[in-house]
Amino acid sequence: MAQIFDIFFLEALLNGVLLGGLLALLSVGLNLVFGVVEVIWVCYAELIMASMYCIWWLHAEAHWPLWAAFGAGLGSGAVLGMVLHQFIIRPVLSAEPINQLLVTGGVLFFLQALATVLFGIDYRNMGIRLPSLPVGEMQFSVARLVTFIVAVAAIVATWMFLRRSFMGTAIRAISQDRGVMPLLGVDPGRVYLLTSAIGGLLVGLAACLLVLQYDVHPAIGLTFGPMIFLICVLGGLGNLLGGMAAAFLFAQFISLGGFFLQVEWGQVIAFVFFILVMFWRPQGLFARPA
Amino acid sequence: MNSRGNSPSMYTVLFGVGVIALAVVPMLGLSGYVLHLLITALLWSFIYTCWSLMGRVGLVSFGHGAFIGVGAYTVVLAWNFLGWSPWLTAGLAVLLAVALAAAVGWPCFRFGIVGHYFAIVTLALAEIVRLVIVALRDWTGGTLGITPKPLPEGASAAWTLQFSDKRVWFYAALAMWLIGLAVWRWVDRSIHRSALEAISEDEQAAASIGINVTRAKMGITVLSAGLTCLGGVLYALYQRYINPDTVSGLTVSLQVVFGVIAGGMSVLLGPTVGAVLLLAMSEGLRLALGNDVRGIDLLIYGALLVLFIMYLPRGIVGEALRRRPPPGPPAKVEVGGEGEGEGEGRRVTSHP
Repeated sequence: MAQIFDIFFLEALLNGVLLGGLLALLSVGLNLVFGVVEVIWVCYAELIMASMYCIWWLHAEAHWPLWAAFGAGLGSGAVLGMVLHQFIIRPVLSAEPINQLLVTGGVLFFLQALATVLFGIDYRNMGIRLPSLPVGEMQFSVARLVTFIVAVAAIVATWMFLRRSFMGTAIRAISQDRGVMPLLGVDPGRVYLLTSAIGGLLVGLAACLLVLQYDVHPAIGLTFGPMIFLICVLGGLGNLLGGMAAAFLFAQFISLGGFFLQVEWGQVIAFVFFILVMFWRPQGLFARPA
Repeated sequence: MNSRGNSPSMYTVLFGVGVIALAVVPMLGLSGYVLHLLITALLWSFIYTCWSLMGRVGLVSFGHGAFIGVGAYTVVLAWNFLGWSPWLTAGLAVLLAVALAAAVGWPCFRFGIVGHYFAIVTLALAEIVRLVIVALRDWTGGTLGITPKPLPEGASAAWTLQFSDKRVWFYAALAMWLIGLAVWRWVDRSIHRSALEAISEDEQAAASIGINVTRAKMGITVLSAGLTCLGGVLYALYQRYINPDTVSGLTVSLQVVFGVIAGGMSVLLGPTVGAVLLLAMSEGLRLALGNDVRGIDLLIYGALLVLFIMYLPRGIVGEALRRRPPPGPPAKVEVGGEGEGEGEGRRVTSHP
């Protein structure tokens, strides 16, 4: 009996790690944009939903091959990110932070409604069913494994880009001191736009991974959107590593909470934990030194 | 600031006439649909007004859905499972909401959680309430929602607050709304408002002149939460159907914020105008476009919200008042009954 218990516990633990990889990827895009532009994309999860619909439609309705649909999904994310920045966020860059939050909140309503108008409220899926992989007595979904591997690879790639490339250096510089960079001749507007495009690209990638596991419907963003903000804030807004650590922590709460109780209780515990940590470290667990 | 003292001002008279006109409305034999719209407008106006108590002094909460949810679910569950009258459990619900607000508010204020971070913590609170409702699905019906049990034989509708006559609900909502406005006005004229405003401008400076920052913020938060919870109670009893997403979801909490911003939060009737506007917009679009194209009303609605925040960040009423020729003797009335917040035009100058 004890043996079986342990195995299932281990399975939940490992599934938590797999979920953590996905959440970490989701947190990186939002954090990157916040670190540079200092605006939280409240509609972040809805951008992912939009890309998911794009992939689903191209593949299931327009009968594009899977790879082309995924490519278009990536591109749609980047375009969405740039459009969002250029037309919605740029005009309110000097407005009060709360208005910046609300503007992107309005986009959330807009995208949800747009999805409803175009595709109705039905659950759509790609019709791809990846098998599950038995490891000993445990079962792991291949979709989750693929998601985890791609997410980790993407995070590493983003990291390399930020560390090694010229543009990445500019992005990091702006996020460290936005006052000095313009004096040195860097056009912050271009860096903002580029960062939004990269954030959007990560949105597109997340969409590609999510359509493998979940059906898409207009309210899907609400199921994980709030969680992503909390993860980013918990890790310290703008802090990529902190966000990733927080993502793995949250994923364990959800996975183990789901194992012992129900998934919702796992989330409740994670959110309560979040609030408690806020009291203790208001700038997040791994705040950047101010 | 207050240019009062000269006999009942034009605004007060207009407001009084407006309220009397409203009170007569149900006698006109309007259709149930019109009455329903009015009740909904009054109910949300009340909730929006309660939110703006905090919002106008910089405590922007993204989590008022938590208090609506606590109010709605407490009375419905207590009635369905224990048969307790909402008259008793409404008090219990308010206590719960106040306790919740205090438990989260106190550490927030004590440890200086402000701005973005405060908004996100309140968002987490609303999500927690929503998830707890979903997780307790054996009692609450989970995401499917719940309906209060119908009245047993011979029970009095007044005791169980289950009226079939919409007119009763109309007067109940009207009374709540007036109470909300009265509280808003009381806070507006009290010394607390000055203290809270000082805090929202510069917390440390306020503390240095002897304002107890934590206590001032706690007071307004608890007041706002308790009243919002009552709004939730009334909503549940009137609608007779609640589900976690319609009372506590992120969209509800965001909608409250939007409504108040659209109307203007530093003016007495701003939140009301916002609530009426949002309702008129969604109902109007729905009627104009018909039901065949699902969601197109919400689409335009979302776009308008974005445009509002981008171009009218002070809200309609706030903007109208700001454009009024400053100080001097009140020359002319621009916005009919909305003028209650006279002199408010100058205090929105904190926005550059």
